[in-house]
Amino acid sequence: MSTCLVFIESAPGGGVRSSAAELIGAASALGRVVAVVTAPLAAVDAVVDELGRYGADEVLVGESSSLGEVLGRLQVEAVTSVLANTSPVAVLLANSTLSREVAGRVAARTGNAVLADAIGVRLDGDRVVGLHSVFGGAYTTESAVDRGIPIVTIREGAISGRASPRTPTSTIVPVIVDGPAASIDSVEVVHSNTSRPDLRSAQIVVSGGRGLGSKEKFVVVAGLADALGAAIGASRAAVDAGYVPKSYQVGQTGVIVSPDLYVALGISGAIQHRAGMQTAKTIVAINKDADAPIFEVADFGIVGDLFTVVPQLVNEIAARKK
Amino acid sequence: MKIAVLVKQVPDTWGVRQLDLETGRVDRNASDRVIDEVGERALEVALTIKDSTSDAEVVVITMGPSQSVDALRKALSMGADSGVHILSDALVGADMLCTAGALAAALRGQAFDLILAGNESTDGRGGIVPAMIAELLGMPALLELDSIDITPSQVSGMRGADHGTVSVHTPLPAVVSVSERTPEARFPSFKGIRTAKKKPVAVQIAEPAALASSVVLTTTSRAARSAGRIVTDDGSSAAASELVQYLADRRLI
Repeated sequence: MSTCLVFIESAPGGGVRSSAAELIGAASALGRVVAVVTAPLAAVDAVVDELGRYGADEVLVGESSSLGEVLGRLQVEAVTSVLANTSPVAVLLANSTLSREVAGRVAARTGNAVLADAIGVRLDGDRVVGLHSVFGGAYTTESAVDRGIPIVTIREGAISGRASPRTPTSTIVPVIVDGPAASIDSVEVVHSNTSRPDLRSAQIVVSGGRGLGSKEKFVVVAGLADALGAAIGASRAAVDAGYVPKSYQVGQTGVIVSPDLYVALGISGAIQHRAGMQTAKTIVAINKDADAPIFEVADFGIVGDLFTVVPQLVNEIAARKK
Repeated sequence: MKIAVLVKQVPDTWGVRQLDLETGRVDRNASDRVIDEVGERALEVALTIKDSTSDAEVVVITMGPSQSVDALRKALSMGADSGVHILSDALVGADMLCTAGALAAALRGQAFDLILAGNESTDGRGGIVPAMIAELLGMPALLELDSIDITPSQVSGMRGADHGTVSVHTPLPAVVSVSERTPEARFPSFKGIRTAKKKPVAVQIAEPAALASSVVLTTTSRAARSAGRIVTDDGSSAAASELVQYLADRRLI
């Protein structure tokens, strides 16, 4: 049976990053899942257990005393040392800053090609095919490599399939880094105190734009998001105006979302914003300006003052839930 | 300090961008071509160093077909000292590993202290080429920095993560990529536009390499969305009621 290698990022507070479950889910469709992770010795058992719950068949733990100080290099060494002894059908990694560095370095060092930002993977015979959404979903492409092992980065939040739990075997792989390396000075963890779903994988997203007018008034977006059980997003204009942090930005240079329902409040719908949300199944827009381009892609649009319409929506939704 | 800035010519994100449905490649003739904005921001970082240091040299490097030289001219008019154009007419459809290999070959042995790039292009969005170049040159890398501080011996900065922020540093020489949170690039001055024509641009012909490559198998265009029902709020709550009914009919609430 074929084997698929998965690189798992550890989380700074212990455990693994939330992308682990979807990476293992994607890999389980390609073969037996071998997860490579770095962790301090004390955390190994907990990490192996967690990856087993997500469906890993085998866990290889790269361990080093400089973990948490050296940036990226240990992870690269761990993956390349595993690749030297195995011949997986693919290596899957998250499309995150750290994992993209690992993907690029592993590919360059081992001479294998990369399939970037895949939203799906499948096996075609013994070849792995990646599915990609290009230009904000305007195009879909399928890709493969012409030889070697594909190194595949997976768009976070794109994979819905999950593997069933296993009791994995585990091995500790000591890793050594020499030569010049970048270092981590400090990590500032911002604890999210929200019970709202994650923007990348939410079924419903409510986003606000410059039409909100101020940081204080952005609470109107939050109100509708909570009524719908939605994640909150924003246009670049709203982020640039300081209404919400950058992590909320939906669009060409922010997060690309593909929810069942996308609600755009006070967003004009510049092409860069549409590139981040136009693959939503249903799009609703509320905007004062009847000529706003967002209405060109909306399934249902209301031309009106969002500060009037949104409270009415929240009331009606609450009334229906009773 | 000798600084290389990698820029890429891409279709303007303000226009409609197209893929060639036969090849799956970007249709470079379908839209206006511009330097990728995040690449301009990387250049701005280099030009800021040049503003404050007398011995800084900024070389801007691009890989692409012949028209990519426009991207170099723009960068030179903004203040870069010289350009290198890796002419890739023989490498049409070059993937990331091939691109990184060609760029690393142009950078190798040139004694650059700092190699700057944008974190990802707006067309491919791969975000992997800078890491590949760092690996091929045996250099450390700081990728996707939101803020950056450079001294003669090291680079430090902050980058975002989904759990917060990470402060990082690396000794030079190094590869550094910046995010679109770094300062916006300056406009070319009139003098800059005039002098850009006299600045040197070296052309290197990229040779096909026998490397593993990604290939596009199929390309499908998504049907354009058409506008649905648009109602105007008349002051009553009728529009809101209709929307709630619409969502309920589709089991979205």
